[in-house]
Amino acid sequence: MNIIACVKQVPDTETLIKVKPDGSGIDETGIKWVMNPYDEFGVEESLKLKEKLGGEVTIVSLGPARALETIRTALAMGADKGIHINDPALEGADAYTVAAALAAAIKNIPHDIIFCGQRAIDDDSGQVGAILAELLGIPQVTVVTKVEVDANTVKAVRPIEGAQLLIESSLPCVVTAQKGLNEPRYASLPGIMKAKKKPVDVKDAAGLGVAIDTKAKVVKTLPPPARPPGKIICGEEPAEKARELARLLREEAKVI
Amino acid sequence: MAKGVWIVAEQRYGAYRKISFELASTARKLANQLGEEANAILLGSGIEGIAAELGKYGIDKVYTADNAVFEPYTTDAHAAAVAKLVKEHDPSILLLGASTQGRDLSARLVGKLATGMATDCVDLQIVEGKLLAKRPMYAGKCYGEVMVSSFPQMASLRPNVFPAVENSKAAEVIKFDPGLDAGQLKTKVLEVQKDTTGKVDLTEANIIVSGGRGMKGPENYVIIEELADVLGATVGASRAAVDAGWRPQKDQVGQTGKIVSPNLYIACGISGAIQHLAGMGTSKYIVAINKDPDAPIFARADYGIVDDLFKVVPELTKEVRKLLE
Repeated sequence: MNIIACVKQVPDTETLIKVKPDGSGIDETGIKWVMNPYDEFGVEESLKLKEKLGGEVTIVSLGPARALETIRTALAMGADKGIHINDPALEGADAYTVAAALAAAIKNIPHDIIFCGQRAIDDDSGQVGAILAELLGIPQVTVVTKVEVDANTVKAVRPIEGAQLLIESSLPCVVTAQKGLNEPRYASLPGIMKAKKKPVDVKDAAGLGVAIDTKAKVVKTLPPPARPPGKIICGEEPAEKARELARLLREEAKVI
Repeated sequence: MAKGVWIVAEQRYGAYRKISFELASTARKLANQLGEEANAILLGSGIEGIAAELGKYGIDKVYTADNAVFEPYTTDAHAAAVAKLVKEHDPSILLLGASTQGRDLSARLVGKLATGMATDCVDLQIVEGKLLAKRPMYAGKCYGEVMVSSFPQMASLRPNVFPAVENSKAAEVIKFDPGLDAGQLKTKVLEVQKDTTGKVDLTEANIIVSGGRGMKGPENYVIIEELADVLGATVGASRAAVDAGWRPQKDQVGQTGKIVSPNLYIACGISGAIQHLAGMGTSKYIVAINKDPDAPIFARADYGIVDDLFKVVPELTKEVRKLLE
């Protein structure tokens, strides 16, 4: 089985995000970069599939030079080879352009199933997997917590508001991973050593024949709106504080 | 030239999801500013009876396709039908909900329509005739203002943020042919397992009562559940509580869990790790109950009680019950 896992390098969830004073983006100094946690679930599922059905796992990532670390992490976990799309012209590209670049890199290599994270925790846009599926002309099953694959089909569990769906799709297919799908493994020391020798193919936009035409632009980045200072409710006893809180929620906030 | 503000309404088995009314009211507001029509697309099976209802929220025309192939929702059936209609009518703006269905469908449509989209928006404005969308990024640690330079300008709306305002119009219902061949669909829903707890999903809840590490164990959530019952609230949890196995994955609020935006969020025994704050920061009112006065959650809370939650929460349940009786 030819398995592809798309990964993105993002700031760690504990990172404090600082907005540049001119609003042109975020200040990247001191950020700890990690593999997008949802992509990690995709990589893990790819490796489990390979262990079960045989085949090969290819990691595809779009990002600057530092994104190579994330590809190496996936290779150290057990993936076989990588494709790194690295082009300064793609910096700030929107979801469509990113998906077009990924599609261009994937369309000419065999692909039975493609895993993406359900969204990246940096821009939180959650579009790339579905656009990639459309551009490759294949179906998608998004935000899944369980996957079963046989030769021609995938069955996946997708939680929605107030229900869980079991969806069947033909292969090839794009599957986007949600937390709960699995517990990603850690790279072993021998894995890390081996990863250094695994092939990573570097591509740029021109080499992939991708037109860079970003249509959705972040024109300004802002810090979150300040919340007015809150009220600490004082009192002698827990019961007294609880009574005052209930009153405030009812009379001042009018939310109960 | 692209004209009109369109929405994709959302329903399940003939009942609208609340986001549909939020979408309709928002489309009306933007359409008034542009001097254009606000129109809706409604797909489903047995939906003709509910189509005109969108007029109540300001929709001018509702385009419907009533076909068994649309229920339950699948990406390929819905995306093909919506894309066909959008290409025929060329709207300037296309809005969907940032619900599970809306997220799945809208992203596929971005691919089909080769356009751009701002996901999970919390504010939309018209500036010089164009849509300016405001959305949280990094799970709310910062915000981005997004403009889309192609048509339709797409945006998905965070549920529970945009008001549903009644603005009665006599909506015209127009049937359209989705031109679908069911044989070509590549995905199908084999099974729908409904949540039988009867609780509203966290992403749609008006009130959420959440418990964190301070709950000390799964057995103690009973006091959270009692408070939630009295308030008609949904129970949430922090990552610490989920990772400890105290609560199911679906209850997790935060950057790697659900992003929620209720009217009232009550955090019990949650210190307020940055990734948790990111997931509930757009809640209208935040209450923190924690015995540590230095817990970061207090910096975000509108009301805070520094005390033992095991004493405060049962008292709060009693007080709320008294008030609501």
